[in-house]
Amino acid sequence: MFDFLEGYDLLEAFWTTVQLTVYSAIGSLIWGTLLAAMRVSPVPLMRGFGTTYVNVVRNIPLTIIIVFTSLGLFQTLGIDLGAERFETINFRLAVLGLIAYTAAFVCEALRSGINTVPVGQAEAARAIGLNFSQVLSLVILPQAFRSVVGPLANVLIALTKNTTVAAAIGVAEAALLMKEMIENEAQLILISAIFAFGFCCLTLPTGLFLGWVSKKVAVKR
Amino acid sequence: MSSVLYDVPGPRAKRRNVILSVLFVVAFAAALWWVYAKLDEKNQLDWAKWSPFFTDSRSWTTYILPGLENTLIAAALAMVIALPLGAVFGVSRLSDHSWVRWPSGAVVEFFRAIPVLILMVFANAAYAEFTDISSEDRPLYAVVTGLVLYNASVLAEIVRAGILSLPKGQSEAAMAIGLRKNQTMRFVLLPQSVTAMLPAIVSQLVVIVKDTALGGALLNFSELLAAVRPMSSFYGANTIASFTVVAVVFIAVNFALTTFASWLEGRLRRRKKGTGVVLGKDDLEELNPAGIGGTHGTGAGGSI
Repeated sequence: MFDFLEGYDLLEAFWTTVQLTVYSAIGSLIWGTLLAAMRVSPVPLMRGFGTTYVNVVRNIPLTIIIVFTSLGLFQTLGIDLGAERFETINFRLAVLGLIAYTAAFVCEALRSGINTVPVGQAEAARAIGLNFSQVLSLVILPQAFRSVVGPLANVLIALTKNTTVAAAIGVAEAALLMKEMIENEAQLILISAIFAFGFCCLTLPTGLFLGWVSKKVAVKR
Repeated sequence: MSSVLYDVPGPRAKRRNVILSVLFVVAFAAALWWVYAKLDEKNQLDWAKWSPFFTDSRSWTTYILPGLENTLIAAALAMVIALPLGAVFGVSRLSDHSWVRWPSGAVVEFFRAIPVLILMVFANAAYAEFTDISSEDRPLYAVVTGLVLYNASVLAEIVRAGILSLPKGQSEAAMAIGLRKNQTMRFVLLPQSVTAMLPAIVSQLVVIVKDTALGGALLNFSELLAAVRPMSSFYGANTIASFTVVAVVFIAVNFALTTFASWLEGRLRRRKKGTGVVLGKDDLEELNPAGIGGTHGTGAGGSI
């Protein structure tokens, strides 16, 4: 029944999906934190930049961003991100696009986390003489991070599913392999079931585990 | 300015803010200059590459507007089909009978856990193999099917959250005056939760509009994104200009929807008719913290 699987490297494709997810997750966490810092900073210009970035990027389809990295950045402007092989270039471009897109959502999650901290706590912290960085690092951020585990888990799961868009520029991940297998083999239902199962294996445990973590660490108010 | 993080700035803080602003402007200008130089080097800023969108109405009538039309048709169809389906699944997840509750819960969680693109690719192949839909119509059917399957399950969660957000007294009162479970749902709970859900439903439209672009990139559905390639080859390799215009159109449509959703939310919250509960995006996450299948508004093409 599963003879047709020979000649296709399923694990390799899903491994690429996982790699895309991990690299993009790390990158978007960094860029998203920077954006969130800008959005809550006392400098109006930075706040303006953060707000504009988030509003613009959230409203563009990810597909446009990913296709643009290939057609626009690479083929038109010649930006190859320091890679030489075609596959590596596309992989890195896809990661770049995913980071640019996901960071907007990470930023919003973090910002809502900062907003969950009652204003009175920061006021109390300032009243006992803590300065800005102490207020931030000792009182606000520890609570903020604990309350955003849930929303960030949602972003991570969405990111896992979003990596399939990289198929649009030919990154050899799960969705592209599925498309190829469906074209070559007459086993539509079985192939789809395999890939659906694969994605369930990636997203469901992540959701359950991080949901449990977020309940565990959330600040009870 | 009341922020959690800082007080109203005094003289020293004001000076520091000015210095930070200057540094930021310098860094931003440097980045802009780099982008400008890069674009100029590849002649992407020539007026000839941008002028078609301002002087030649054919660029709109031949490429952009038909693409936008297809995008909106697919999005509208998906929404209209997914909404009743989502309502059915949302209500049956709240059923008292476990043989109804469990299967519908499984269906909803399953379709939320799978990327929309996978659903679209499957639908496309399934229509080719099992039906005789012509190959011209197939991409539209496939895109709509994928969007419906995913968004119906997301909408089911919205409906469920909307019903759960109503005060318990509502169904207790309905029971007290002798309504059956079915009647309670139809006459008391659903009508009220519709008001609560409206803003969340409008925000979901943004996700649907964004996800139609997947069909353009991978299934030869001739929507807005798919218009970029023929357009840029017709107007002499103006890739950057074409992408910019298409992105701006998407942003305009989605920004209008987002603004409408938050306006609606504010208005409904203020009006306090019914029970006064209104669900925005953030409330939904609180009501459904496990969020196993991913977030509301998170398709393959639309994170969150």
